[in-house]
Amino acid sequence: MPSSKSAYSFSNKKEKFDTHIIVVWVDNEAGVLARVVGLFSGRGYNIESLAVAQVDEKLKISRITIVTTGTPQVINQIKLQLRKLVPVHKVADFKREDKAVIFKEMALFKIVGTNNKLEGALKACKKYNPILLDKTKKSNVIQITALRREIDKMSKDLKKFGLVSVSRTGAVAMTRGADIFK
Amino acid sequence: MSKLYSGAEIVFKCMEDQNVDHIFGYPGGAVLPIYDELQNFKSIKHVLVRHEQGAGHAAEGYARSSGKPGVILVTSGPGATNVVTALTDAYMDSIPLVCISGQVPTHLIGTDAFQECDTTGITRPCTKHNWLVKDINDLAETIHKAFEVATTGRPGPVLVDIPKDIQFQKTKYKKPKKENKLNGKSHNHFNQNSIDQLIDLMSKSSKPIFYTGGGVINSGPKASELLRELVYATGFPITSTLQGLGSFPGDDNQFLGMLGMHGTYEANNAMHDCDLMINIGARFDDRITGKIDEFSPKSKKVHIDIDPSSINKNVKVDLAIVGDVKTVLSSTLKSLKQKKSKFLKSNKQKTSKWWEKIQKWRSVRSLDYIGSEETIKPQYAIERLYELTKDKDSYITTEVGQHQMWAAQHYKFNKPNRWMTSGGLGTMGYGLPAAVGVQVAHPKKLVIDIAGEASVLMTIQEMSTAVQYKLPIKIFILNNQYMGMVRQWQELLHDKNYSESYTAALPDFVKLAEAYNCVGIRAKTPEELDDKIIEMLNTDRPVIFDCMVDKVENCFPMIPSGKPHNQMILGPKDQESKKITGKGKSLV
Repeated sequence: MPSSKSAYSFSNKKEKFDTHIIVVWVDNEAGVLARVVGLFSGRGYNIESLAVAQVDEKLKISRITIVTTGTPQVINQIKLQLRKLVPVHKVADFKREDKAVIFKEMALFKIVGTNNKLEGALKACKKYNPILLDKTKKSNVIQITALRREIDKMSKDLKKFGLVSVSRTGAVAMTRGADIFK
Repeated sequence: MSKLYSGAEIVFKCMEDQNVDHIFGYPGGAVLPIYDELQNFKSIKHVLVRHEQGAGHAAEGYARSSGKPGVILVTSGPGATNVVTALTDAYMDSIPLVCISGQVPTHLIGTDAFQECDTTGITRPCTKHNWLVKDINDLAETIHKAFEVATTGRPGPVLVDIPKDIQFQKTKYKKPKKENKLNGKSHNHFNQNSIDQLIDLMSKSSKPIFYTGGGVINSGPKASELLRELVYATGFPITSTLQGLGSFPGDDNQFLGMLGMHGTYEANNAMHDCDLMINIGARFDDRITGKIDEFSPKSKKVHIDIDPSSINKNVKVDLAIVGDVKTVLSSTLKSLKQKKSKFLKSNKQKTSKWWEKIQKWRSVRSLDYIGSEETIKPQYAIERLYELTKDKDSYITTEVGQHQMWAAQHYKFNKPNRWMTSGGLGTMGYGLPAAVGVQVAHPKKLVIDIAGEASVLMTIQEMSTAVQYKLPIKIFILNNQYMGMVRQWQELLHDKNYSESYTAALPDFVKLAEAYNCVGIRAKTPEELDDKIIEMLNTDRPVIFDCMVDKVENCFPMIPSGKPHNQMILGPKDQESKKITGKGKSLV
């Protein structure tokens, strides 16, 4: 650790990182995503995945879902800094372990191979409601929706069935039951 | 049907409605339609700077000394990029600025047109918010909103980028709307319960301290009045950050001086040993806290701040009160009077031991330095400047470096808005243009930029502005021919390897003053210093004062790298007292 030659102090504390899902409602205006993402990069926060789309056409509100990791202090800062942005309406924050919230990601897998392999791939995906979006003699495009780690696992497992391409979204989130995000 | 106005006219109509009387700017291709309209709006005076950074700092000086937002007008491309340093400076120190920049016509945006740059992209991280106006019908509303964002909550800079074709187009003018809340973001989030908790903590504490910052100044002069009332009503000691100087009288017995890296021994030790720290409008900056793990280990901490993201950012606090300083102080005083009307009396006993301890730290006299009869000590120069100007309600700006710290240590401020310095960003070259802005806001007052010779050369061209507008600013240069603070760090931490910190071939500042058609004065000895300062004060024109000071003086006391508050390096008197008394030098 550089101790003597710096004008800054260094901390040796190692704190635990938690994974959080941050949901941000913003005005869908030019540059708004850059503001949100720029805040993360500028302050050294992590982004593991990002999903964004307009959810209210009339009010022009977009919903941004960001999966991030950080110490409790950093997560708190992320929320407070986001709330300061002018186009931000509200910010919600969930721990990944939170049982009251549904998190989903979608993935598209392209499999190229023999009929045997194509069937094997489809079977392997069975747990995750696979939808066959495209089928030829030599190839399949399969869509699944699942958790991040499940898609991670499938991306590995499908290799042996001839997986040639993966495309996936960031996580989106919604509370269970009748409650909505406050 | 109501009258149609061009975009350029709307810019000025908005400024009129926002009570703007001065703008700082520099013309160029993409703002010419706006400059064309300038003559038709007599209530708005334009100050032509010599570089857009100067416009930004001048607007900051104007804003900090007057409490009103500073307004900047620059062209596209280089005009906008040159102002970025000043915007970042204002962002760090929470100064309200509204910057209007020209942009290439909308159909050319994205084509790498002449003097095009992504202004809103470049300034996004250094403004509170910015806008690119692509529809003339949004223009008035956007500018009014810009003023609102800049001045509400924690103040800061904003930028409105206006393409040239929008400046020509015509539409109806919209007056500012009275908005109650900004996007649902209100600023006072505290309740009576927090105030009661604060008073409870205050009445239980035997080692309390107030730690105040720029938030008190930003909250307006009334906040400083209330702060004084509260400090006197409690009898607690008070220390201030660099930015907070002036909110409490610098010569009052309850004031322990500035804290932090170059703060006083008593202020830093009191921060370290206190049992209750009440932070009012400060942000636990790293120059203040020193080593964060050992920062004030035994205290309960209260943080009063308008910005919720300042709470628990660097230091975890026990009680957070999110609100405007003025409002919080006023509620606190009200409750204190109701519940503990005899607080001062009952508390005197309790804090008497604490005050004894503080007096002991004070007796170290950490700001003392070794005087000289041959060379001017920089601290001595500031002391004399203070003594000779203290009855004049003067306004002080600074550059960044040793001279800035000496000014903060030795110049005593008694009123808010009298001290303009670049703290957060630490921008060399801030002080001269800031002084221009202060003098524009206060034409009759004495405005002095306490400068270093290296810093002042970064924006020296603004002397030309001062001369043009007959702004009698005084540039008081502590000239040691070194980037003094860099040299000090190299001496103390880099084995005296003075890599590139000496400026060979400095200009002759007296001749430079003459070249700018202002007045140059030089002082070389302590003996002639007073007379020369008086000569400067009696000159009703801009002055460059070249004060030749000791070249190797260091700024003490100092919290060295990564050390906590109670491990300060004191001055040479402490370190080498024998050696120096042997030479028979007098202690001042």
